[in-house]
Amino acid sequence: MKRERAPRLMTGAGVVAALTFAFLYLPIVTLVALSFNANDLTTIWGGFSPKWYGVVVANDDILRATRNSLIVAGTASLAGTAASLAAALGLAGAGRWERTLAEGLLALPLLVPEIVTAVALLLTFVIVGFPLGLTSVIIAHTVFCIPFAYYPIRSRLAALDPALMEAASDLYASPWQRFMRIELPLLAPGVLAGALLAFISSLGDFVITYFVAGPGATTLPVYIYGMIRVGVTPEVNALTAILLFVTIAVITVAFLLGQRPETDQNGGIES
Amino acid sequence: MTAAIGISAVRKTFPGAEHPALAGVSLDIAENEFFTLLGPSGCGKTTLLRIIAGFETPDAGELRLGGVAMGTTPPNKRSVNTVFQSYALFPHMSVAANIAFALEMLGRPRDAIRARVAEVMRLLRLEGLGDRRPNQLSGGQQQRVALGRALASAPKVLLLDEPLSALDLKLRRDMQIELKRLQAETGITFVFVTHDQEEALTMSNRIAVMRGGAVMQVGGPAEIYDRPADLFVADFIGEANLMPAVLVDRKGPQGRFRLTGSDALVVANDAGTIGVGEPAMLMVRPERIGLGPLNAAPCDVGVIALRVDALAYSGSDLMLHGALADGTRLRARLSGAAAGDAAVGDTVELIVPPDAVRVYRP
Amino acid sequence: MIGQRTHKIVQTAPTMVFLAVFMIAPLVLMAYVSVLERGAFGGVAWGKLTGVAYEKLLMEHDLLGNLVFNGDYISIFARSFELAAITSALTLAVGLPTALYMTTLAPRRATMMLFLVTLPFWTNLLVRNFAWILILRNGGQLDRFLQGTGLTRGPLDILYTPVATGIGLTYSFLPFMILPVYVALQRIDPRLIEAAFDLGADRLRVLTRVVIPLAAPGIAAGVVLVFVPCLGAYVSPELLGGGKSLMIGNLIEAQFGASRNWPFGAALALVLVGVLLLSLALLSRLQRRTRRTP
Repeated sequence: MKRERAPRLMTGAGVVAALTFAFLYLPIVTLVALSFNANDLTTIWGGFSPKWYGVVVANDDILRATRNSLIVAGTASLAGTAASLAAALGLAGAGRWERTLAEGLLALPLLVPEIVTAVALLLTFVIVGFPLGLTSVIIAHTVFCIPFAYYPIRSRLAALDPALMEAASDLYASPWQRFMRIELPLLAPGVLAGALLAFISSLGDFVITYFVAGPGATTLPVYIYGMIRVGVTPEVNALTAILLFVTIAVITVAFLLGQRPETDQNGGIES
Repeated sequence: MTAAIGISAVRKTFPGAEHPALAGVSLDIAENEFFTLLGPSGCGKTTLLRIIAGFETPDAGELRLGGVAMGTTPPNKRSVNTVFQSYALFPHMSVAANIAFALEMLGRPRDAIRARVAEVMRLLRLEGLGDRRPNQLSGGQQQRVALGRALASAPKVLLLDEPLSALDLKLRRDMQIELKRLQAETGITFVFVTHDQEEALTMSNRIAVMRGGAVMQVGGPAEIYDRPADLFVADFIGEANLMPAVLVDRKGPQGRFRLTGSDALVVANDAGTIGVGEPAMLMVRPERIGLGPLNAAPCDVGVIALRVDALAYSGSDLMLHGALADGTRLRARLSGAAAGDAAVGDTVELIVPPDAVRVYRP
Repeated sequence: MIGQRTHKIVQTAPTMVFLAVFMIAPLVLMAYVSVLERGAFGGVAWGKLTGVAYEKLLMEHDLLGNLVFNGDYISIFARSFELAAITSALTLAVGLPTALYMTTLAPRRATMMLFLVTLPFWTNLLVRNFAWILILRNGGQLDRFLQGTGLTRGPLDILYTPVATGIGLTYSFLPFMILPVYVALQRIDPRLIEAAFDLGADRLRVLTRVVIPLAAPGIAAGVVLVFVPCLGAYVSPELLGGGKSLMIGNLIEAQFGASRNWPFGAALALVLVGVLLLSLALLSRLQRRTRRTP
């Protein structure tokens, strides 16, 4: 769709927009700046120093929580992406009813307030006697990783000519060959973007994890929550800043992947 | 000889659709034939093509390819290839890789693939474009790659789904000739889908005219043009003057009709089964109408007086438009010389030869 | 074709089954738990159906065992609705002009802005709220700035108040407002705006009579997208409200923590889902209506 610039309709809209962006980025900038504060007192600037990052990296509890977070986010985003890729391909060309129903189910984890999902999953795990631990966290995260990964894949798929898939079958590709040679390469940017979004939402999740993580399954956000409850320390500043950097980097990559046109893709045969 | 494609009583209704896309279609398409499915959009021609390719399964009826019933055989197990309307070239592969795709899927040896790709590229005049990506090609080049890709594995049948619709007129004419050449050179059965009757007449050995999921007439181009089976075919193929009339008397197959729109009498060599006094619809192609001398006797048989209300000049000939008393519109295509100096507002006499008149029940 | 159809079902089914088992079934189970009696030592007593959890929303037993009205929980609900409504209004007041401004930009810049709007949403919820603690606390950045410029005297005393919660919520959910509103504004055919100007409308009337009505479905979607998660917010009231301005989310959490009253917690969560379904129904009605009138 061609995008056109709309005429200006509201005086001062630009000023409001500027203030909005200031509001959105003020906390982020403050946090990053304070994380480099050399002073032990978090409020008074004592010069630039990365020393708190060193303290964070040397903390065994933090490293353990990071490991848990990476295991959970890695597994859940991979499983969620695979599940949503299969669903997106399966739903292509499905009837309107089937599609509405399936997409409603896929969107549910995003629509239901986190706290409700958390409570419902906790009750389920406890009642069926499923032990709370990393596995229960991974299952819970996979639930909301599915919709996060689904939408970028779906929008990529929607931009593809369905005749491409038919052409592959028509030219004797088996369903598996069609998937590996045509569908996967063409959907790759969407799949990767979806996986990154799922990874980040899993890495950052606090509420659901807080409910379904048993002892020993502490993830980074749960650990940070504990630290914040105790008080503001320079160590928390640095730790949260690290999480911020990782998030911004991953989301930027996902965004750039989403901007990629479908043709400047490599792949194909070397005949 | 078994037909290349045997279609018997094929029905298909899409879920949620009110009318069937195909309401019992039977056709036999011979080997080495250039066969066209022609009809307006929604007539079922593309659905029929997709059933042959294996993208859709008929609700009832049978499809045989080379005498073998297809049942639910998937597209990748049918020796049928398709040229898609959108071309559907794989955007992430080079031209050569696109053309090689089917051969690779069939597991042909590398050297054989390379040789065949080169051959196909030569056949389609794509030399030197092997490393390009589809989006670096012109529309006409993309069209040829799509053709080459579908032909590379030398399928028994090639399906073409309105492949020329995206090209401009001049390129289209060139490609029509090119397609005929390819079909003759390869000996592959072509099944061509189009809504363009001129294209169908130009290219085909035989044409099936479809409407509302049914085949109205199957025949060679001349047969379909000169002896349309019904009013729909007559109107859809070429230009047709349709004139309501009543049979006045008949002698053997020959019948004399009085036009409802004027008092003119018209003779048809074959009046069909119309009885005396019954109404009929007469069809005459515009180019079969001649211009009579001005001020001839008005009661001559086969002569229609027409007041000219528009003239359209198109280089080689002149189209003369006018209306009868009841509003029935008539067109006559006259060569420049034959038109003389007829002008808008004149009343001219049109001569309708008895062998040019087709008679239908209204 | 039949083979391909089976193939597609096989592709889709595992995901759907997974979501049914770990999303739908837990919600159903939660609904069931909400009508059970609480167990003697936490958990639930199976098989005894009761509405006591719902009764607890409005009533309590006094020392004599009589059922009397108790407004404690209702006031938490009221505060949650109030905060959610204020947040929706604030995000709309800020988001609409921002989205309008973004539509006046060239496509590349608009896409960039869109990215910048969404970026904070992806950053960790805790990190975002923690950053606001740094800014809002006494002796924090805002306090020192205001005192330094002489605008205030004495401590700011804003952290651990509903105002702080409101700021945190507005910050967290602003992208949910800007995105749908922007998309709706973007879809408006610029020729309609030109036509309105051509027919003599001034800018204000073009805005109120043409643009906002046409963007209404997007605005409604934004309001729902902000209102619903706000109502269930847990982190902002906990960290910024400091336990003094509890919202429904905190109340639910307490039933699984300190209070150990699962049926009541489940009932509260179910009420939240009810509000969600209601607002979605209202939204789809509004969107259907605007779509019908061209």
